[in-house]
Parts: sequence; C-alpha cells; structure tokens
Amino acid sequence: MPAERTAAIAAPKAPPGPFASFFRDFSENRAALVGLILLGLLVFIAIFANLLAPYSPIEQFREFTRIPPAWVEGGNRAFLLGTDEIGRDMLSRLIFGARLSLFIGLSVVVASMAVGIVLGLVAAFAPGWPSIVIMRAMDVILSVPSLLLAIVIVAIIGPSLTNTIVAITVVYLPYYVRLVRASALQEKTRDYVTAARVGGAGTLRIMFRTVLPNCMAPIIVQAALTISNAILEAAALGFLGLGAQPPSPEWGAMLASAREFLQSAPWIVTEPGLAILITVLAINLVGDGLRDALDPKMRRS
Amino acid sequence: MISFIIRRVLLVIPTFVAIAFLTFVAIRLVPGDPVEARTGERGISPERLAYFRHELGLDQPVWKQFLDYLWQIAHGDFGTSISTQTPILTEFTTLFPATLELATCAMLFATILGIPAGVIAATRRGTFVDYTLMGAALTGFSMPIFWWGLLLILFFSVDLGLTPVSGRIDLLYYFEPVTGFMLIDSWLSGEEGAFASAVSHLILPTIVLGTIPLATIARMTRSAMLEILGEDYVRTARAKGLSPFRVVGIHALRNALIPVVTVIGLQVGALMAGAVLTEYIFSWPGIGSWLIESIQRRDYPVLQGGILLVSGIVILINIFVDLLYGVLNPRIRHAR
Repeated sequence: MPAERTAAIAAPKAPPGPFASFFRDFSENRAALVGLILLGLLVFIAIFANLLAPYSPIEQFREFTRIPPAWVEGGNRAFLLGTDEIGRDMLSRLIFGARLSLFIGLSVVVASMAVGIVLGLVAAFAPGWPSIVIMRAMDVILSVPSLLLAIVIVAIIGPSLTNTIVAITVVYLPYYVRLVRASALQEKTRDYVTAARVGGAGTLRIMFRTVLPNCMAPIIVQAALTISNAILEAAALGFLGLGAQPPSPEWGAMLASAREFLQSAPWIVTEPGLAILITVLAINLVGDGLRDALDPKMRRS
Repeated sequence: MISFIIRRVLLVIPTFVAIAFLTFVAIRLVPGDPVEARTGERGISPERLAYFRHELGLDQPVWKQFLDYLWQIAHGDFGTSISTQTPILTEFTTLFPATLELATCAMLFATILGIPAGVIAATRRGTFVDYTLMGAALTGFSMPIFWWGLLLILFFSVDLGLTPVSGRIDLLYYFEPVTGFMLIDSWLSGEEGAFASAVSHLILPTIVLGTIPLATIARMTRSAMLEILGEDYVRTARAKGLSPFRVVGIHALRNALIPVVTVIGLQVGALMAGAVLTEYIFSWPGIGSWLIESIQRRDYPVLQGGILLVSGIVILINIFVDLLYGVLNPRIRHAR
C-alpha cells in the first residue's frame, strides 16, 4: 500500500474519469471481482449452450436412467453429472437451464426498469392525480407478499415461462417507481434543471435527458438485486409447478420433478439447486460491489 | 401521535378496497364459466344456469356485484370454499396459528443468531471471522430456500434419521387444540413425548424459513454497527475507559438496533412468501399450503379470500412496525 501511495504522489495524473474511478473502486473489492468472473462464465455458458452441452436437454436415454455422476461408483463417463429419472443428461439440462435463468432475470430487469422509470418520472413530474394513482397502485402491489402476488398472477394467466416473467416484473415494478420518483423529486429542484428549463428544454427532455441520468446510480444497484431475486422467484414458481413447464430444463422445474428421488438419486436434487445458488450468489457479489463503488458514503470507509 | 395513528390506519382502507377490487377483477379473468366451476357441472341446462347465475348474484351489474362483495367482506364473509363448502374465514382462522407459530419461531431464530453475528462481524471488521460470517450471510441471502429445505431433509431426516419429514406432530398424539400453537398445546396436553415431537417437527421448517431473515439481519446489523462505531460518542465512551463490552453492547448496539428493527419489520411480507415454500416442502398445514392447494384444486374463492386476508394482516403488521419505530426512535416521533 505505501509504495502505491508514494507513486501516486510522485506522478500526479489528471483525476480519473467517473468510469475509471468506479472501476478502480469496484476491482479493489476482491469478492465482487470473483462474482464478476463467475457471472461472466455463466453468461458464456448461457450464450454458447448449444455448443457446450454434450446432448440435447430433452433427449431421453431410456437405458441410462438415474446414472450417478461420473466420479461416483456406478457413474458413466458419457454423463459427467449423471442422468435424471427418465435418462436425460443432467449436465446438458443444467447448461440450458443457465440460459433460461439468466434470460428470465434479464427480461424482468429490463421490463420492470423500463416501465418503472417511465411511471416514476411521470409520478415526479405530474403532481396531482397521475402521481396519486400511480403511487397508490404501487402501494397495493407492495402490500401483497412478493411470491404470493406472482403465484396469483400466474394462477390466473396460466403457468408458463413468459407468464412467469410477466408476474415477476409486476412484483418488482414498485421498487423502481418509488426509487425513480424519490430521486427525481430531489433532482428536480436543483439549479441545473432550472437552467435547462430556462434554456428552453421541454418537460420530456428534462425528464429523460436532464434528470434521469442523475438518478441512475441507485437504479443500477436495484437492477442487480432484481436479477438475483427474479431468478430465485422464477425457480420457486417452477418448483411449485407454476413456472416453466416440463420438459423445460428450468432449474426450479427440475427440482419439482426430482423431489421423490431425494433418497434414491440425490444428485437430481442437489445439482440444480447448487446451480441456482451459485448464479444468485455471483450476482449478489457483483451487486454488493456495485453498491459500495457507487455509494460515495461507503467508498473507502 | 394519536392523529398520526388515525391517519395511518385510515389510509389502509383505500389500499384494502383496491386489493379487494384487484382480486375481484382477477377472479373474473380466469378462463372458464364461474357457474360451471362452482357447481362442477359441464353442459349445464339453460334453466339451471339462469338459476345459479341468480343464486350467485352473477346476473347483477358488475359494479353492484363488487359493492355486494365489499358489503360481505365488511361483515366478515369472505366467501365459501368450493371444495370443502366451509366459510373461508373459518378455514383461515383454523390454519393461521400454524403459520404464525412457524413464522414466529423463524423470526426468533433469525434475530437471536443474526444480531450477535452482525455485532461480532462489525467489531472484528476485516478479519477472518468477519469474512466468514459475511460470506455465510451472503450465501444464506442467495439461498433458494425450497432447495435448502430438501437438502436439510436429505441430511437430517434421510441420512441421520433425526427429524421427521412432514407435519406438525406425530399422528400418535391427539388432543383438542386450545391455542392452535402446537408447542403450547402439546405442553398443555401433558402427554408424554408430545412436546418433544412438536419441537422436532418444528426445527427444520424454522431453519429453512429463518435463513433469509437471518442473513438479512446479520448484514444489516453489521453495517449499522460499523456506522455507529465511528460516531463521536462511541469514541468518547471508549476514551473514558469503559470496557469494550459496555461500549459495544450498551452504547453502540442500542442505536444500531433502530434500523435493524425496521428491517425485521420489513421481513414480515417476505416471511409470508417464504412460508408458502416452507409449508409446501414440509407439508406444514398452514396458510401457505392452503393457498397452493387452492390453486391446484382451482378453488378460486379460497385464493381470492386468502390473498385478501394475508395482505390485510401484512398491512396491519407493517403499521404496527411503523408505530413501534416511532416509539423506539424519538427523532422520528418529534419530526412528525
């Protein structure tokens, strides 16, 4: 540390740009870096799933049902992580499941963030009934426990992967609306906004070009949290039989059908859950790192 | 303070009506004819259809149906279950103690372990202990609890044979419920082994439901403690020679607990959501299992009434936490 410090004093450089200083803070957090590497690996697996997976996720090898992982007695080299109750290769299913889970997480974030930003900005810039209606509606969504709300929505519109995404998006919408509205209300009173208004900028331009970029930091942190929670809730819905439907290799749905093999073939249960845990943990590590790097109060404390 | 309470409680009514409205609309969006769903008949004759539509009030205009629904709710009538023909409120009040017992134990488990873990991590900041505790907390925070439950069953019930897999008590024991809480009832029954059986049934569900709150409380306590330990009055307390235990335990912890109490309060909704999964895994006869079964049986009145009741309870508990927060934190009280 001291060597670094003297070097910094000896060669004063131009102050780093916001991105460079953000990245320096982020990469100093070793746990966050580990999370980022893990996440990168998972994204890679998800994108190239059809090249990496040895078999199709739904191909059934009828003569090879419930083969344990290769390193266990009775395992088969052809099926590294074993096969499930109807002879599908676990590794291939897990690899394709990564694609599904990350897709769900990303879709939920994009959808709830986009709708949340618009509604939040409208609530901040249109006081009176639009604001009241939006905020009351968000209160209602928040007062129903998250998973229960998702369950009800799915029970009504029917269980499927798309409907899972719709349901979880609705669940996370209020967090963005409240966050955007609160920071937009604060930013709205700043001088630079007045300056922009005097300069002739229209309300829409002020909303999206002037105010929004200054509200992004907490939104980004919330986005990281949403991805991991969305993956967990989608898996929970799948587990309850209300999410992705078989034979989809969604990790939660894989667990649902595996319950009865807890005793005879435990790997069918342990592997998908471990995949969920690792994915969510990686995203949360990155999220914690983002929060610490973006929150000036936490910086270097 | 009193006007604040009244205002806060009055604000609940529109929210509650809005939830009632949403569930009311939602049930009408369900595909399938409500009469067929309720009578369980297909290809029903037009006369019988008209009769049932009148009987169920479905021939009234929709706004009138909604007002009638609100009127019923205001009189404590949340409808009747299709599959059991029991009033929904009766089913709810029979099953709710089971969920409440589980949730209370989970919250106690989370608080009793979470606060000390957070304090220890904060006072040993940057050490191996801190990293281990916070690593464990983040893992718990990221845990798919339905899988965690299966793992615990695999290890403790299947491999070691230590704990039962499902239910609240061995079928061996039977006694009339007095309080609805199995721990208290089994104690009161005086039957030998009943209490031990109830405890052993409760252990795994408590751990599963308590894991995420435990992780959240530990993380929150640590960051609140870190903030407080840097305050001037803590330095003063140290400087005047108080023992480290007194400084941390009395001066710092009491102030750090304010945000922690809020977090505990905010967990109530998450706890109800977690209870659904936990009860499903352990066949715990509570509200969560009841709601999941109602979906599987397409018993939509139960789903409608159940969601309304659960939301109502969550809203009331949140108000209570708000008020408690005002009592704990004089700064908030005076600001209002």
